[in-house]
Amino acid sequence: MNFETFTEFLLMGGHALYVWLSYGVGLFIILLIYIQPIFARRSIIQELSQRQRRDAQDNKVSNEAVAQEKTGGNE
Amino acid sequence: MNWTWFYKLGSPKWFYDTANKLLPWFLWLGVLMLVVGTVWGLAFAPQDYQQGNSFRIIYLHVPSAILAQSCYMMMAVAAVISLVWKMKLADMFIASAAPIGAAFTFLALFTGAVWGKPTWGTWWVWDARLTAMLVLLFLYFGVIALRSALENIDLASRASAILVLVGVVNIPIIKYSVEWWNTLHQPATFTLTEKPAMPPEMWVPLLVMVIGMYCFFTAVALMRIKNEILLRERRTKWVQTIISEDIKR
Amino acid sequence: MNNKGNSEQGLFSVLGVVLKREFLSAYRSRQELANPLVFFIIVIVLFPLGVSPEPDFLSKAAAGLVWVAALLATMLSLDRLFQSDYDDGSLEQLVLCAQPLYLIVLVKSLIHWSLTGLPLVLLSPFLAIMLHLEVQHIPVLMLTLLMGTPVISLIGGIGAALTVSLRSGGILISLLVLPLTIPVLIFGTGTVQSSIDGLSVAGHFSIMGMMLALALTLSPFAIAAALKISVSD
Repeated sequence: MNFETFTEFLLMGGHALYVWLSYGVGLFIILLIYIQPIFARRSIIQELSQRQRRDAQDNKVSNEAVAQEKTGGNE
Repeated sequence: MNWTWFYKLGSPKWFYDTANKLLPWFLWLGVLMLVVGTVWGLAFAPQDYQQGNSFRIIYLHVPSAILAQSCYMMMAVAAVISLVWKMKLADMFIASAAPIGAAFTFLALFTGAVWGKPTWGTWWVWDARLTAMLVLLFLYFGVIALRSALENIDLASRASAILVLVGVVNIPIIKYSVEWWNTLHQPATFTLTEKPAMPPEMWVPLLVMVIGMYCFFTAVALMRIKNEILLRERRTKWVQTIISEDIKR
Repeated sequence: MNNKGNSEQGLFSVLGVVLKREFLSAYRSRQELANPLVFFIIVIVLFPLGVSPEPDFLSKAAAGLVWVAALLATMLSLDRLFQSDYDDGSLEQLVLCAQPLYLIVLVKSLIHWSLTGLPLVLLSPFLAIMLHLEVQHIPVLMLTLLMGTPVISLIGGIGAALTVSLRSGGILISLLVLPLTIPVLIFGTGTVQSSIDGLSVAGHFSIMGMMLALALTLSPFAIAAALKISVSD
């Protein structure tokens, strides 16, 4: 342990501003680059699932239309 | 020679599954090493005879600078693979790594400036290494901006690969600037051939931080590449299965 | 419900729609917003490399360099103001709208400033430090930019409105607008120079305030008139 007391540790021998500013910004950036892909994944999954549902709807509607035509043609 | 392993590497599905397995390892190993290294460097390592406690910034500054340059070199290799073999994953790597590299470059510049103030008396100086790192930040930004502006993905891949390769000449300049020019910035701490100038109590936590940053970088890059794969391969069955299962949860 | 009540409600809802639309489209292309900022930084970086990295030279030139770079970066961003609206026809709708074009244009210009000029102001202290400007002058620099960049955005809006119907308006906007912004540049840098010389800056700031007031009140007239011309052909 390089420091005698916790206060000494916080004060960093007068260089507190520089050391804690650096590590604070460092922590912020590390968290930022970790969190961003997590949020991105959520919105991608949401968007893609919406598209899937819409595509399924479209397919359903067009299949019904085709089926209608067939039965209509047979009459 | 059997090149199947290389082409397998290029399969998005294989990569996605492998990334899923490897991700927790890289993430937790990285976080662990970063925490251990930080605590060690902040509290246990001795302070520098001349610089006092501001010396501890080295444990953030040097790893992020190393990563900033390494990331670009990895992107350059990926750019070659993307252009020559047209491998989609290589391009996805470039897209995913660029923002991470930019973040590390910014961190290196910021911590360097904050460290420079008590040590050299100035936040900034226009010497070769600092300017070259600033140029690196601009290069990263250029790749990000170019990809975002080009809507056609093929065009974006080829263009950004070319841009990355053009910019790679900056990396040796950064690395050797402290040797070629008389600069304010000090020479490298770690080289492959010589022993470090500082005692082990000082450089071991540094090594821990460097390895931790590499692991963390890998983890975040894997996360981002997974997202890219989901987006680009959205029309495939396996992605659609993942989407529908994920939504149910 | 009387007529006056109706039109007042109409005005605020129209302005509200314009506000929402501007911020929404800015959010959708937020990557593009960063480009003028990076240009700003790069231009400033060129000077120590191309001229001299000596702190003595840089600290004297700092205010001017930051101001010129801010001017150039704003010029680059002016395309965004009206071009996409012109291309999709919504500009015509705004011009034909019953609500005063003056106010719509004022709102658009101020939003544009908040997305381009304001970030420049916020970035300027870091660049001033890199140019070795003494710390006590940095607030003065920031305040001159804060008062001057809206003026540049508003005058720039006139140029943007005049050239919106042209295909490659970009450089033309700069040619039209930059001469008009010279007074702002002179007084902006002059204020910082006063501060460096140790003289009072109050007089300079009141002139900048006057320019801001004039720009806010008069330029929307010119922009509206220019838009009506551009849209009419």
